[in-house]
Amino acid sequence: MSVGQLITVTVNGEEKSAEVEPRLLLVHFLREKLRLTGTHIGCDTTHCGACTVLVDGTPVKSCTMLAVQADGQQVTTVEGLMTGGALHPIQAAFKEEHGLQCGFCTPGMMLTSVALLKENQDPTDDDIRWALSGNICRCTGYMNIVKAVKTAAVQMKAAAAVPAETAAVRN
Amino acid sequence: MAVETPLKGNIGDSIKRKEDDRFIRGKGNYLDDVNLPGMLHMAINRSPFAHARIKSINTAAAQAVPGVVAVVTGELLAQHKLAWMPTLSGDTQAVLATDKVRFQGQEVACVIANDPYVARDAAALIEVDYDVLQAVVNPQQALKPGAPLIRDEKEGQKDNHIYHWEAGDKAKTDEAFSKADRVVKLDTFYPRCHPSPLETCGIVADVNPATGHATLWMTSQAPHAHRTLFAIVAGLPEQNIRIISPDIGGGFGNKVPIYPGYVVATAASLLIGKPVKWVEDRSENLISTGFARDYYMSGELALRNDGRMLGLRVKMLSDNGAFYADAQPTKFRAGLFHIVTGSYDLPAAHVETDGAYTNKAPGGVAYRCSFRVTEASYLIERLVESAALEMKMDPTEIRLKNFIQPEQFPYMSATGFEYDSGNYPRAMQVALDKLGYKELRKEQAEKRKKGELMGIGVASFTEVVGAGPGKHYDIAGLRMFDSAELRVHPTGKAILKLGVKSQGQGHETTFAQIVTEELGIPAADIEVQEGDTDNTPYGLGTYASRSTPVGGAATAMVSRKLRDKAKIIAAHLLEASAADIEFDHGKFFVRGSPSKSKTIQDVAFAAYTNLPDGLEAGLEGVTYYDPPNMTYPFGTYLVVVDIDRGTGQVKVRRMVAVDDCGVRINPMVVEGQIHGGLTEGFGIAFMELITFDEEGNCIGSNFTDYLLPTSWETPKFEMGETVTPSPHHPIGAKGVGESATVGSPAAYVNAVIDAVGHLGIRNIDMPVTSDKVWAALNEKGAAE
Repeated sequence: MSVGQLITVTVNGEEKSAEVEPRLLLVHFLREKLRLTGTHIGCDTTHCGACTVLVDGTPVKSCTMLAVQADGQQVTTVEGLMTGGALHPIQAAFKEEHGLQCGFCTPGMMLTSVALLKENQDPTDDDIRWALSGNICRCTGYMNIVKAVKTAAVQMKAAAAVPAETAAVRN
Repeated sequence: MAVETPLKGNIGDSIKRKEDDRFIRGKGNYLDDVNLPGMLHMAINRSPFAHARIKSINTAAAQAVPGVVAVVTGELLAQHKLAWMPTLSGDTQAVLATDKVRFQGQEVACVIANDPYVARDAAALIEVDYDVLQAVVNPQQALKPGAPLIRDEKEGQKDNHIYHWEAGDKAKTDEAFSKADRVVKLDTFYPRCHPSPLETCGIVADVNPATGHATLWMTSQAPHAHRTLFAIVAGLPEQNIRIISPDIGGGFGNKVPIYPGYVVATAASLLIGKPVKWVEDRSENLISTGFARDYYMSGELALRNDGRMLGLRVKMLSDNGAFYADAQPTKFRAGLFHIVTGSYDLPAAHVETDGAYTNKAPGGVAYRCSFRVTEASYLIERLVESAALEMKMDPTEIRLKNFIQPEQFPYMSATGFEYDSGNYPRAMQVALDKLGYKELRKEQAEKRKKGELMGIGVASFTEVVGAGPGKHYDIAGLRMFDSAELRVHPTGKAILKLGVKSQGQGHETTFAQIVTEELGIPAADIEVQEGDTDNTPYGLGTYASRSTPVGGAATAMVSRKLRDKAKIIAAHLLEASAADIEFDHGKFFVRGSPSKSKTIQDVAFAAYTNLPDGLEAGLEGVTYYDPPNMTYPFGTYLVVVDIDRGTGQVKVRRMVAVDDCGVRINPMVVEGQIHGGLTEGFGIAFMELITFDEEGNCIGSNFTDYLLPTSWETPKFEMGETVTPSPHHPIGAKGVGESATVGSPAAYVNAVIDAVGHLGIRNIDMPVTSDKVWAALNEKGAAE
């Protein structure tokens, strides 16, 4: 076993330190060391996106990033999407619109979608299809995934509008 | 704000899926998530050659790696009589090669180590000395006299021929051809493709040395059948084997066979006394596990001048790879290929097929289809397209002229299938109206005048799913029935245990809905369990669209069995005779007095607390359902394409899919299934290909080479439906998981041929890639 390297990664808001082999992939760090098994492995070659996580807010395929490269960064996995026991709108929308079947691609799909919706609050079908084109789904044919992202966008916009309106009233 | 009454989950209700709650939280439990204390990891050393004799295997360097616990070779397995295993088609397959390797990627030796990275490092250090032999990479080459003998270890095997199989009536078909005004012929190749579920295959084998109990977590579409096969192959007592198929990340047929990795990991756990995990990587999945298709098909249609079909003749050559491991019912070498007569009233048909060994991976699984039905459906729908072109008829007109008519059902086909029900003209009409067919034909004519290429593809498929009946259909001798066990608890909540196993189809929701419809218990109160052989009744599993036709029927029947008992209890509570009790949506009442009723929950409680004298306590039951016939879903798919003459690029502009799968339990789930199948059909038609060079190197061994459709390429689908219930299924359902993969490839390819047929092009083999289209156009002087 080669010599370990100490890394500290903030995963879903919690600081995690570990000594890891330099060749350890980020996905294995998450799955095996932290037992966050919601991040899946589908292809090993960065094509399918099942292993997508957010690194400092950007979708990254964690099967082609080393854990040591994530040292000092913020990683969000599917387990970090909920806040205070409430589903993230993207999670609720995937269920509502039947955007998943076997569920294997779903965590990666949702995380890529979250990153898209941060950049683009009102995406068109084509915006969504382009953003998700690095995430393969074998079950749904993408129709309902696109619908789910649109539904989440509407929900998130509505939620964001509430404090703005309250603020306007106060002024 | 209007308050919506939540749906109870009756048949026809698009309730949201129960299984989603864990998946959207990242809390599914897939095979690779199983993590046991002391668990070891296995990696496989595979053959780099397609055909080579093994001279020696040196494992010393691998064994010297710190962390390596054991290296397993075929020689070691042979000492335990495990070097070879039976296949689902009655052949044998090497677990680990001892004499020769017969395909690239074949399993040669395994390393068991305390860490997956170490196992892989060590597997790469195994030195195998090979004597390379000439590879045979297609069945034509395999059947030539003097071709290298692939299965030289099989007694009596003198060549690479595996089987010859026929269906239909040859004499009657020859006679039909002799009377034909014309014969239309089509030679087409349905290439090798791969189901590629997003989750690869794997096992965690935990054999307890103290008790002899083997707990095997496996990516299995058929856990009960696999338990029996493990008992037979490994010689373990069946009561000591527990197979748990956890959440499965897609199957599509890939997880039906038993693979060598499963056997070695189990043997290793037995020998070492610790749990052993093996999970394939993607390349291993693509190069060694169940491929699909690889069928060379030659079809001839005998016609009258008015377009009426008189007979069909089909000859096929099947590439089965190095071991004949097709997942087919035993008696049917070409599966249910009989369905090749399709939706048409064909008076005569004859089919012959030959299978050949090649130096390619074994498999022959049905990639989201029911036993070679996809190949059959593709051939007839392409052949009809050719006939329409030859006879200058509209492709819808020739179909309408030959459809089996609604009043002809039940209909006995020329190959011996009894179609249960159908209304083909109606499904086609719904599709044509939805597309605006006539307008698009006008547009096409105008475009053609300007030299632009636009095509409209038609496919009016009929498929056959839901095997049994058990007397005809089996897997390795096990009859294809299926089962459901229902336990209603005192508080009126229930557990439903199934012999089938979802891989994403949504059984936890849709099977609960069948109980809701039959017993009135809300779907939310019903827990559906499957996949654990210790805790579910024996069944043959989920593939060939058989869950709803067979397992769904078992669920309806067990619910009815419990309802009959519930009536006796209700009669006791209502102080009436059971013969006078009626049931309606969860309520029992005396005929004529619906106001005074007992709910199913009242009755369930009474089943444990207040029984009539002489009645057994409890409200539980189990049913094993052997279907009297298969079911015959159908539909019409229409595709519009535009083709760029400069590049050959095909753009799918529209795709209209009208499916008739009988009664729809949960329309939302049904549509989701169809979307998925249309997408896999699109991939097969335009992108997916496993091919080999002349040395037998697999090209298509990763997702760079094996192209799957992403959200960007995948067309947007327009859905329609008709409902023709199955007359023999308890709830009239037919099954839908595979219709779209079966029906759509021909629709996509027919659209391309429709665009270029006037130039004299009759066939472009799948995948229909831009370069092939451009080359075909160029040959006719029509490329730009």
